Amino acid sequence: MSGVLVIVEQRGGAWNRMSWETLAAGQQLAAQSGETVSAAVVGQGIETLAGELAQKKLEKVYAVSHDLLASYTADGYTAAVEQLIRQTNPSLVLFPHTYQVRDFAPKLATRFGQVLISDAIGFRVESGAPVFVRQLFQGKLNADVKPGGPAPHFASIQAGAFRADQLEEGSAPVESFAPSLNAAAIRAKPLEAFRESARAVDLTAADIIVSVGRGIKEKENIPIVEELAKALGAELAASRPICDSGWLPMERQVGSSGQTVSPKVYMAIGISGAIQHLVGMKGAKTIVAINKDANAPIFEVADYGIVGDLFEIVPALVEEVKKAKG
Amino acid sequence: MKIIVSIKQVPVRDSQLRIDSNGRWIQENDLSFEINEPDAYALEEALQLKEKHGGEVVALCAGPTRASQTIREALAKGADRAIHIEEENLTSFDTLGVAKLLAAALKPEQPDLILTGLQSDDLGYGQTGVVLAEVLGLPHGTIIMAVEKTDGGIRVKRELEDGWFQQVEMPLPAVLTIQSGINKLRYATLMGIKKAKTKEIKRQTAADLGVSPVATALIERVYAPPRTKRTQILEGNAREAAAKLVEKLKFEVRVI
Repeated sequence: MSGVLVIVEQRGGAWNRMSWETLAAGQQLAAQSGETVSAAVVGQGIETLAGELAQKKLEKVYAVSHDLLASYTADGYTAAVEQLIRQTNPSLVLFPHTYQVRDFAPKLATRFGQVLISDAIGFRVESGAPVFVRQLFQGKLNADVKPGGPAPHFASIQAGAFRADQLEEGSAPVESFAPSLNAAAIRAKPLEAFRESARAVDLTAADIIVSVGRGIKEKENIPIVEELAKALGAELAASRPICDSGWLPMERQVGSSGQTVSPKVYMAIGISGAIQHLVGMKGAKTIVAINKDANAPIFEVADYGIVGDLFEIVPALVEEVKKAKG
Repeated sequence: MKIIVSIKQVPVRDSQLRIDSNGRWIQENDLSFEINEPDAYALEEALQLKEKHGGEVVALCAGPTRASQTIREALAKGADRAIHIEEENLTSFDTLGVAKLLAAALKPEQPDLILTGLQSDDLGYGQTGVVLAEVLGLPHGTIIMAVEKTDGGIRVKRELEDGWFQQVEMPLPAVLTIQSGINKLRYATLMGIKKAKTKEIKRQTAADLGVSPVATALIERVYAPPRTKRTQILEGNAREAAAKLVEKLKFEVRVI
């Protein structure tokens, strides 16, 4: 068994951009461990996508195609990729840590008696074998996790952990792989994907975003940050728990399940900075964090930080902003 | 509908974490624990499904003795009974090992539906539900935002990225991993707390279940994340810090 196999992701012929980041991670890992790296794209009618992959520096590109893979199902994808792995014998299978991967990769790893080392933010190679870095406790701690037991091993890479622009170009042969699939073995029936409603709030257009998290404690306290947003001419946003509780509408949510924003200033108030939130805002030009816990992960990405009680700091900020604006 | 809800006990959210002397986990002795938040939503969903369709809700929890507190709270909220897989040293089991423990304990129950949270707040692998489904040979759905019973099984609303959703139909029995925010959590009533004291908790060990730990993914070391960005901490009382920040926003970031 040898080689790194990267399973990239597409939906309806469009790439999930995290695929490129994971391919770059795969190239770097293979270079450090002296192995080859190949990629596989799964679906139906994916020749064009496979052709795009063939222009990267890869050993081989597998186009895993079948009519039953036209729309994603965990049963279909697991069976198809399992067959590819058994035929090609990679030592490591890498995935982008997407919602789809979360749905089928653990199932796939189980078939090989393995556990998916999920949501890795990095790796290092020790005597030819990778050790992955994962976050614990919503990003408060890191852990080095070493795959054990017989290969193949499985890992998925967190959004933004590697840079797509470091992906090396090259050329690779495309090989078609036709898995044998049985319609009766696909138990779930997926219906059309949909969006809840047209978004009334487009946070992506805002220059300044004032965002609020659990630290606000009660719905009745929301006006405190609303006033700051008004003073700054900012859009008001929130982390997931605030929208889950119905304190602000879902359309104001920033994070992996909400909107991804990159404003000039993102002000995180009472937000600890769980991974799911960070992926939605770490592209902001300037990040300000106000939090009572000096160890909160939000300070990992903040340019300016105030450690303290938001109920004292935010009203003081409102006054200072008004003063500065005259 | 007979529903099993798999719940986990984790350190309370605002815990100050300190690394254990062996460097492989955290010091647990001075921490407080609570139900893993997504699991609380899974429990609530099970209770609401039972209220709508009848049946039974069984809480299942693998954890050390201290987890019995979390199990009692689940019973107080309305679970009918519980199974506690009592293991002091669960860290020697990886996700696959834990899933095998859960599978062995719940199989004799022959549930129609198995619910759990989409991920744990401590390890955050986000895969116990999916692995459990595979070990049991059942279909699954992940990151679920609605569950509806149909004639032949269930229809669920799966969350996709960027505000997209998808309806998926599947037969029962099935395993679902529940997303936070799917419902509104209830509080335990005084009556519920009283009743919980008389409800059955079946205790089993890994040895009883015939599952031994085989760890494939091992934590080698736990450590504080290295700081990659230099955060300028603005010191002083609230007024001073606020004034400093506004100055930065005006003269350095230039947005005021």
